[in-house]
Amino acid sequence: MACNCGKEQTNLEKYLAPLKGIMKKYKKEEKYLIPILQESQDQYGYLPEEVLKEIASSLDLSLSQVYGVVTFYTQFHMEPRGKNIIRVCMGTACHVRGGTNVLQVIQDELGIESGETSPDLKFTLETVACIGACGLAPVIMINDDTHGRLTPEKIPAVLGQYLE
Amino acid sequence: MSKITLTIDEQKIQVEEGMTVLEAAREVGIEIPTLCYHPDLALHGACRVCVVENLANNGLIASCVAPVEEGMEISTRSSRARRARSRNVILLLANHPNDCLGCDRNGTCELQNIAYSLGIRHETVEELAGEKRDLPLDNTGPALKRDPNKCILCGRCVRVCEEVQGVSALQFSKRGFDSIVTTAFDLPQSEINCANCGQCATVCPVGAITEISDIEQVWTALEDEEKHVVVQTAPAIQATIGEEFGLEPGTIVTGKLVAALRKLGFDRVFSTEFSADLTIMEEGYEFLDKIQQGKRLPHITSCCPGWVKFAEHNYADLLELVSTAKSPQQMFSTLSKTYYAEKSKLDPKNIFTVAIMPCTAKKFEKEREELRDSGYQDTDAVLTTRELARMIKEIGLNFNDLADEEFDELMGKSSGAATIFGTTGGVTEAALRTVKEKLTGEPLERLNLGLRGIKETVIEIGDLTINVAVASGLANAAKLLEEVRAGKSKYHFIEVMACPHGCVGGGGQPLPVDNEKKDMRAEGLGSIDQRKYVRKSHENPMIEKLYKEYLGDPLGGKSHHLLHTSYQKRDKN
Repeated sequence: MACNCGKEQTNLEKYLAPLKGIMKKYKKEEKYLIPILQESQDQYGYLPEEVLKEIASSLDLSLSQVYGVVTFYTQFHMEPRGKNIIRVCMGTACHVRGGTNVLQVIQDELGIESGETSPDLKFTLETVACIGACGLAPVIMINDDTHGRLTPEKIPAVLGQYLE
Repeated sequence: MSKITLTIDEQKIQVEEGMTVLEAAREVGIEIPTLCYHPDLALHGACRVCVVENLANNGLIASCVAPVEEGMEISTRSSRARRARSRNVILLLANHPNDCLGCDRNGTCELQNIAYSLGIRHETVEELAGEKRDLPLDNTGPALKRDPNKCILCGRCVRVCEEVQGVSALQFSKRGFDSIVTTAFDLPQSEINCANCGQCATVCPVGAITEISDIEQVWTALEDEEKHVVVQTAPAIQATIGEEFGLEPGTIVTGKLVAALRKLGFDRVFSTEFSADLTIMEEGYEFLDKIQQGKRLPHITSCCPGWVKFAEHNYADLLELVSTAKSPQQMFSTLSKTYYAEKSKLDPKNIFTVAIMPCTAKKFEKEREELRDSGYQDTDAVLTTRELARMIKEIGLNFNDLADEEFDELMGKSSGAATIFGTTGGVTEAALRTVKEKLTGEPLERLNLGLRGIKETVIEIGDLTINVAVASGLANAAKLLEEVRAGKSKYHFIEVMACPHGCVGGGGQPLPVDNEKKDMRAEGLGSIDQRKYVRKSHENPMIEKLYKEYLGDPLGGKSHHLLHTSYQKRDKN
């Protein structure tokens, strides 16, 4: 588990206080599960077990039902996410122009595989099927910024912009 | 309701509006194969094995969920329908492990049966063989194991756990090829809020959820000359095990069951009904005591281990209302290693106790830390009805031709009250028979409460009015418990059985099963009570002897030590 806030009851209450604020906005009905999950993820950066347990018990759902929904949608994450989300395009155009190389260099630079988050929580690395910017291939997105026509040499500098 | 006219396989029929095509077909005796459909669960329409063709518009429809429509011309046999059905089954087989021979459900697997009846050949399956899953098994038990690789995602377990039991321990998670039925956070079975009732195993069409078997352990004990192996059989078994040998549900085979157990080599063949009578004595007196002392009510029964664990997870605040009397299985096992050991001059360490149970939760119960009052683990092994049938088949007994035999003395005699423990409402009726007679000297009329859902009645005992409720199925139990929690319950006595219909519908019973079969089993069991000479627990001469020679009085010091237990709060999720 990522946080140890849950070890003491008072700490847990403090940790869950923002969630309680979110829950207050919704009626205790099953149909609000997804908006509650979305807001909670915005608040906590991901969906920790304690948060899911609290959501399940306040909506009177079983934990397995909540877990089922969370694992169904790719938008939900149960592991902590990095401050910056890198999405490497694996579309055809990017593939032809060396997208795989780009991914490899980023993996080496950060020391993580695709789908993982760096231990300092600065970066999460993901691949996507196509981001619709084939003219810029090979292309990656970091948060909402697009970085195109990449070469392995340019990558350290691009990543460096997000290290502050 | 208006009528709908349609044709099915060229037969013109009229049926009620709102019926499904599958139901309409069954009305006229046409069987359509199904997999995800189960008569006792909500409709799902996932597997498409029940596909039929509507010749009126050339549509292929899933008959289990499609409502009948005016003018439909259904063919269940057209070449398109047959090919589509076959193809859907082949696609299921394409990802399914091909190890039928080693599967617990070999012979009772619905997928295997359908593949056979549709004439699907090995070559066809090989041709389409797709990626197989390689997911870890969960055999942490101690009651149930799951093999997600065998799961065909029909969702019957998910539905029974949610709709009938109100537990929802299992759910679909992930998506696409990665879809899997699993627990929250993929936790092992042993760490979740599962009651171990095994209803999931009774509806699973394949071998994805089955009991953890004690068969090998029992063979080892039987073959060990040092061990004195004592077996007890639960009341429900005599009305259900016949199904494993082709008999109608509800056929009573008590004598053959006893004979088969002797042939298997058990040293003593006893009946859990003996200790069910004892449970009634202890629990009946406990209830009387609560009434007379003005203690908090309702009194809630405790003989069902699925219910007890469910209460520990979800109603820990109400555990003080649950009877402290051990279940009949546990009373029996404790006495096997104390009273019986003493009477037979045996060292309890050499006694191996086996319980034949209709139940998977009993496998969990035997492992409970607190159930060691004999100084040893009181129950050593629990076999379900299905496991015992397998052992009987293994030694090649012709069960139906066995000559009837009687249970052994000492812990084999029982009253009719004990027999009906195996059906919902039975414990209540048995307990109140004894309570009423003790208080007023008058016999209790038969209650005939019915077998499904929540039942209630009012019983007058002298100047006492006792409001009684009986629930089977944990979702039903939860409704009663919510009332108690809210302080709005009018009941004085509540009986809970985790499985619908009680133990005759238990998670360890023969497969496949539905509510109709469970009705037949319950009726069969009830007929034994009517025929028995002794019908009240307190009149069982062997129980009188046990109290006189060993225990003293019900609720007395020795009884309290050996026959009562305690419960613990467990996490809700």
